[in-house]
Amino acid sequence: MTSGIISNLFSLVTNLSQLRIKEVEVMQTAIETTNNDAVAEAAEQEAIEHSAHEDYRLLGLTIFLASESLMFLALFASYLIYRGAHPVWPPEGTEVELVFPAINTVILVSSSFVIHQGDVALKKNDVKGFRLWYAITILMGAIFLGGQAYEYMTLGYGLSTNIFSSCFYFMTGFHGLHVFVGLLLMLGVLWRSRRMGHYNATKHTGPEMAEIYWHFVDVIWVVLFTLLYILTHL
Amino acid sequence: MAQAQIPLDKPPAADVGHGHHPEQWKWYHYFWYNTDHKVIGIQYIVFSFAFYLIAGMMALFMRAELYTPDPDVLDPTVYNSFLTNHGTMMIFFWVVPAAIGGFGNYLVPIMIGAKDMAFPNLNAIAFWVNPPAGAFLLASIFMGGAQAGWTSYPPLSRITNPNAQSLWILAIATVGTSSILGALNFLVTIWKLKIPSMKWDQLPLFVWAMVATSALALFSTPVLAIGLFLLLFDINFGTNFFRPENGGDVVVYQHLFWFYSHPAVYLMILPIFGIMSEVISTHSRKPIFGYKAIAYSSLAICFVGLFVWVHHMFTSGTPAWMRMFFTISTLIVAVPTGVKIFGWVATLWGGKIRLNSALLFAVGLLAMFVMGGLSGVTLGTAPFDLHVHDTYYIVAHFHYVLFGGSVYGLYAGIYHWFPKMTGRMLNEPLGKVHFILTFIGTNLTFLPMHELGLQGMPRRIAMYDPKFESINHICTYGSMILGFSILPFIVNIIWSWSKGPIAGRNPWRSLTLEWQTTSPPAIENFEEEPIMWAGPYDYGVDTVMDDSEQSVAEMLATVKEEMK
Repeated sequence: MTSGIISNLFSLVTNLSQLRIKEVEVMQTAIETTNNDAVAEAAEQEAIEHSAHEDYRLLGLTIFLASESLMFLALFASYLIYRGAHPVWPPEGTEVELVFPAINTVILVSSSFVIHQGDVALKKNDVKGFRLWYAITILMGAIFLGGQAYEYMTLGYGLSTNIFSSCFYFMTGFHGLHVFVGLLLMLGVLWRSRRMGHYNATKHTGPEMAEIYWHFVDVIWVVLFTLLYILTHL
Repeated sequence: MAQAQIPLDKPPAADVGHGHHPEQWKWYHYFWYNTDHKVIGIQYIVFSFAFYLIAGMMALFMRAELYTPDPDVLDPTVYNSFLTNHGTMMIFFWVVPAAIGGFGNYLVPIMIGAKDMAFPNLNAIAFWVNPPAGAFLLASIFMGGAQAGWTSYPPLSRITNPNAQSLWILAIATVGTSSILGALNFLVTIWKLKIPSMKWDQLPLFVWAMVATSALALFSTPVLAIGLFLLLFDINFGTNFFRPENGGDVVVYQHLFWFYSHPAVYLMILPIFGIMSEVISTHSRKPIFGYKAIAYSSLAICFVGLFVWVHHMFTSGTPAWMRMFFTISTLIVAVPTGVKIFGWVATLWGGKIRLNSALLFAVGLLAMFVMGGLSGVTLGTAPFDLHVHDTYYIVAHFHYVLFGGSVYGLYAGIYHWFPKMTGRMLNEPLGKVHFILTFIGTNLTFLPMHELGLQGMPRRIAMYDPKFESINHICTYGSMILGFSILPFIVNIIWSWSKGPIAGRNPWRSLTLEWQTTSPPAIENFEEEPIMWAGPYDYGVDTVMDDSEQSVAEMLATVKEEMK
């Protein structure tokens, strides 16, 4: 009887202890899973916040470019008013070349396709290809700027010659400034990619912003080229 | 819709909220680079208020000069430079930065339940380009001063004092950049960071006003920048944009300038309209009348406001068809503005009005703005404008809308949100003295100017025909009262900021989100993300939110009961 009680007690204790162990195990797994959940949740939250922030940046850039385009629209409108007030346009002695700037235009516009190839490569996680395409774009932009400087030197008239020359230099110069800023943006993207290992198939907002900006600069140039070169030769 | 919105789950009854959180900003943080939108907002308000005082002193000197017909107080060139810088500072360094940068930055993120703006660093940069701009402007005064008025029409601006004028241009272009960056930030913030439970038709009206303001700033400011850059090149690099002898055209400058500067008056007044909606609804304890009408009228003003700029140029050789088009579009702007005014009057109607300083200034604004709006309608019609163009009638009109509108609105905003910003209450009697002096001063200064203008006294000039002298005496006395009216305000601010009674979370029992957090709010605004249960203006419900000393916890309990 005593032994029975003792064995019962023992079994009770062992049962209890086993129960206790099991409880602890359950609790531990619970804690672990919640920890894992918490970590995963935090990571997920971070990813969401990150992508949301990238999202804001693209929206911010779009709004900024909408505002920038109003600047160029104001320039175009002023130019058209000046043009409408003059029967001879451009005034004698301030004509512009057509062939050389056309080649320059082709270079700038095709660089838009090149930079897009960079974006495509990056989305396939081909970081080296992305860097190469961006380097080519920078080179093409630099050639365009160099070509513009060469054109300025060969034209033979300056800012203050007449109203057309003022418009011509201000508008192309203002656009050239935007090209220059675009080059800086792309150089920054390249630098961050090489030195800091930024940007891959999932995180590519920086390059994307540079690309959108570059397309914007190109589109503006097409309008400028039409207004200042093609329409003055018709 | 449920009757009231209490966006906190926990009853905040134990809260006394008096600004001694360990994480609260110290005074010296306000003089340093900081990305918290509340610090930036206060930086904007204090910075621009300093310029308000400087520009106000210039106005007092000009009025002293105009006391007699002869130039005896100021040298005429000094008068010109004061005239230019008074207008420039009041617009670009006081009303615009205080209304958009100051109140916008402080209130928008809290009102939509966000922790901060979408781009906090960009926000801080947008503020910190202002001090150099202010330095440019002040430096230009000591270089002989820009003399061509705040419009700086060429050829006058090209010829006189080119160096000071160039600095002036740089100053304006810099604050323009600040304005574009700020507007971009507001749009992205409101678009992306509004709490999910807040629907677009639950935005506080101030936030709606900021949407319209930001859109307007983004479209118009770049055009001004181009106009100023062209002028800068004309002055310094010999370009021909505004040189008629070389094929240029001075009217192009006027178009570029007014395409910004007319919308700029809406930039100055739309945020104020937002402040008005908040103040009037809160202090008359009623839901705002015509929420949607007031929200959409802001957008309508923003849109129509882009097509009215030529009414500043009726005398610039504008063809008749253009005058007709711009007369009509100008008169159309009066419609959405009238919608707002009627909305506010209807909100006040039958409300449980608390006539404290904030509401006094709001009601004063209604009176002044209706007056200025009516003279604006007369000016918008081309024939009348041709008659009184460049006379004191214009000066009277835009001071009624700018001082009686924008500045009164800024005062109302300061009286309303001071407890939130500092955690302390302002002194009411001093505030009322301030209001009475301001109201008498404004009307005494600017009402007689209508008569001066109708009689033909030209503006912008230090000397005048002696027959105008007696009316000018009245204006000058009025301006002195206006100058003194600022003293009780400054005393009130300084004294109350350090020693005023503790305000607590929600001294006005307002329902918009910013009142549901501590005063001043902690660094990320809310302890936990607030939830919108109903619209922001649902006052006047039976037991909830009246003036009785019901605690927030009791209100919460009542609302929860009703929600079941």
